[in-house]
Amino acid sequence: MIERAPVLDFITQAILVLSLVALLMPLWVVFVAASHDYQTVNQVPMPLWPGSHLFDNLSAAWAAGNFDRVMLNSVIVAVGVTAGKICIAALSAFSIVYFNYRLRMLLFWLIFITLMLPLEVRIVPTYAVAANALGPFEAILNAVGISIHLPEWNLLNSYSGLILPLVATATGTFLYRQFFMTIPDELAEAAKMDGSGPLRFFFEVLLPLSKTNMAALATIMFVWSWNQYLWPLLIVTDHANYATATMQLQKVVPGPLFGAPPIWNTAMAANLIVLTPPVLVTILLQRWFVRGLISTDK
Amino acid sequence: MAEITLRNIRKSYAKTEVVHGVDLDVAAGEFIVILGPSGCGKSTLLRMVAGLESITEGEIELGGRVVNQLEPRERGCAMVFQNYALYPHMTVGQNIGYSLKIAGVPRAKRDERVGKVAASLGLEDFLDRRPAQLSGGQRQRVAMGRAMIREPKVFLYDEPLSNLDAKLRVAMRIEIRKLHQRLGTTTLFVTHDQVEAMTLADRIVVMNKGVVEQVGSPAEIYRRPETTYVANFIGSPGLNLIAATADPDKGKVTLPDGQQLSYDTKRWPDVGYGPVTAGFRAEAVRLAPGGITGSFEFAEELGSGKLMHCNFSGHTLIAHAFGDKAFQQGAAVSFQIDPSAVHLFDAETGKRLAEADGSAMAPEPRKAIAATLSV
Ligand SMILES: Nc1ncnc2c1ncn2[C@@H]1O[C@H](COP(=O)(O)OP(=O)(O)O)[C@@H](O)[C@H]1O
Ligand SMILES: [Mg+2]
Repeated sequence: MIERAPVLDFITQAILVLSLVALLMPLWVVFVAASHDYQTVNQVPMPLWPGSHLFDNLSAAWAAGNFDRVMLNSVIVAVGVTAGKICIAALSAFSIVYFNYRLRMLLFWLIFITLMLPLEVRIVPTYAVAANALGPFEAILNAVGISIHLPEWNLLNSYSGLILPLVATATGTFLYRQFFMTIPDELAEAAKMDGSGPLRFFFEVLLPLSKTNMAALATIMFVWSWNQYLWPLLIVTDHANYATATMQLQKVVPGPLFGAPPIWNTAMAANLIVLTPPVLVTILLQRWFVRGLISTDK
Repeated sequence: MAEITLRNIRKSYAKTEVVHGVDLDVAAGEFIVILGPSGCGKSTLLRMVAGLESITEGEIELGGRVVNQLEPRERGCAMVFQNYALYPHMTVGQNIGYSLKIAGVPRAKRDERVGKVAASLGLEDFLDRRPAQLSGGQRQRVAMGRAMIREPKVFLYDEPLSNLDAKLRVAMRIEIRKLHQRLGTTTLFVTHDQVEAMTLADRIVVMNKGVVEQVGSPAEIYRRPETTYVANFIGSPGLNLIAATADPDKGKVTLPDGQQLSYDTKRWPDVGYGPVTAGFRAEAVRLAPGGITGSFEFAEELGSGKLMHCNFSGHTLIAHAFGDKAFQQGAAVSFQIDPSAVHLFDAETGKRLAEADGSAMAPEPRKAIAATLSV
């Protein structure tokens, strides 16, 4: 729609700029607070221009939060969850779109319905399963009359416990399904004529074609899993070894003594540290998938 | 020996049958065109041969072997799709060579064969391009290359020229014909375009609503249509068809308004009294006084002549006229129709009536040049 309405243009531009400022303001405050020393940051009002202690604060925060370890943990978990989600999404969508079996639509709707059951809603049963992963199978077997005692397999305080319960993804499956449905049937048929089996078609045709789709999904899922807070908090008690970065933030906030003012400068520096990886991933992958959208490999 | 044999092939989707029992024998090296309107089941038939669609009933033999249960890759067919179906993320070379890669042909051998096929299609300079960087005609050639490289026993084409513009379509048609002359591969070619069918085919299979109406050479189908459907579908315009009553004693058929048309009694010895459908080509109609009369409606200019649409006791009748004579709308026009050019069909079944032996390929008379107006 091309319209000449200078007043309207001005108003929309103004709203845009204001929202941008409103969005960036808190980030600016974080950055400014992270760059002052303890005294300056606790002045009222706090200065709005950066000071000179950014790197001191960053290294203090890094040490205080044991970030050597927890950043690594977070990267492992986020990469694991993202990779797992993409694998599961692509495979389940492949099955639903390209194979004709009786329970296909039922399965699709079952997966779809889980959209309504995010982790927070089912957190207690999920915890119970994580505490004894084979428990449900044992219960089912016992219910059908097979009395058996399966060994206990406990996911608490482990990477698999942090990753596996987050891997199932209805959003990803749905996204991939929509993408596969835009691929003309003839492509699958041409591959069949060329002698390709289903798995080869999946790996050599569908996956390369879904590169941009994958980048989009990876961005969303990486940021999402990096920001997970409740689940790691619940499942990890061995904080020294398995804490994730977001969990660790809370430990950096309060002062060393009860009642002392919070050490905002270190806390904000820790914030900067923790938000860097998702920002980097977003920037990196976004450039990649925008390039994928522009290049005409359609 | 027959390369392809179809025996009573049927196809149903759920409860709806869309192909109702097709029989066909195709000799090795033949170029067969399956012609019919959109939705008549041409693609379904072709895809059953390819193995992309299950066969509800009947048998398909390729090279003497029943292939009903075989996977597409085991049937020795290669297919060219209407929208080309090239792999978008692969280069032209990779597209053409993909089947060899799957078959495990070593790289050097593969490149050599891809090079040869590409050269024969004029694609040498495009081997490293992606399909998106090619024109429609070039993509079509890549699709053909991908089919050729497998050295298949049978080529299957599903409306491969429909997405091209008119000029390119003619050029590609000629290329496909030349390719067939060079390779001699048995070919099934599906189209809804009768010009494509006429120019390419050794034999045409005319389909309508899942049934084969007629199988024959292009000339046979044009000159001796077996049913009113084929008569009307083939030629441009199709055969003029008029309901009439036959009088074999006089050798005439009486049209609804009482005018009479002579037919060749030697050619149609067994016609009885009663209703028939009479037909004749626009090209066989001569504007001359003393024939049957109708009223002029409008003319389509063709350059080489014009198609005159005339109302004729409720039927629209089309005559191919030469000359510059202009007519007023509603003017009375008189036609002469050579009796040997009149076709007769059963009024109910639409089947061609039985003819005397030896008249099967009676040539259509090319019409006279003079066009005269009579009142
Ligand atoms: N997968 C399908 N499911 C149900 N009906 C189909 C399917 N494919 C084709 N048909 C029906 O079969 C008939 C023949 O289709 P098709 O062979 O594609 O026609 P054509 O190629 O001659 O245009 C059509 O009426 C079409 O609606
Ligand atoms: Mg079709």
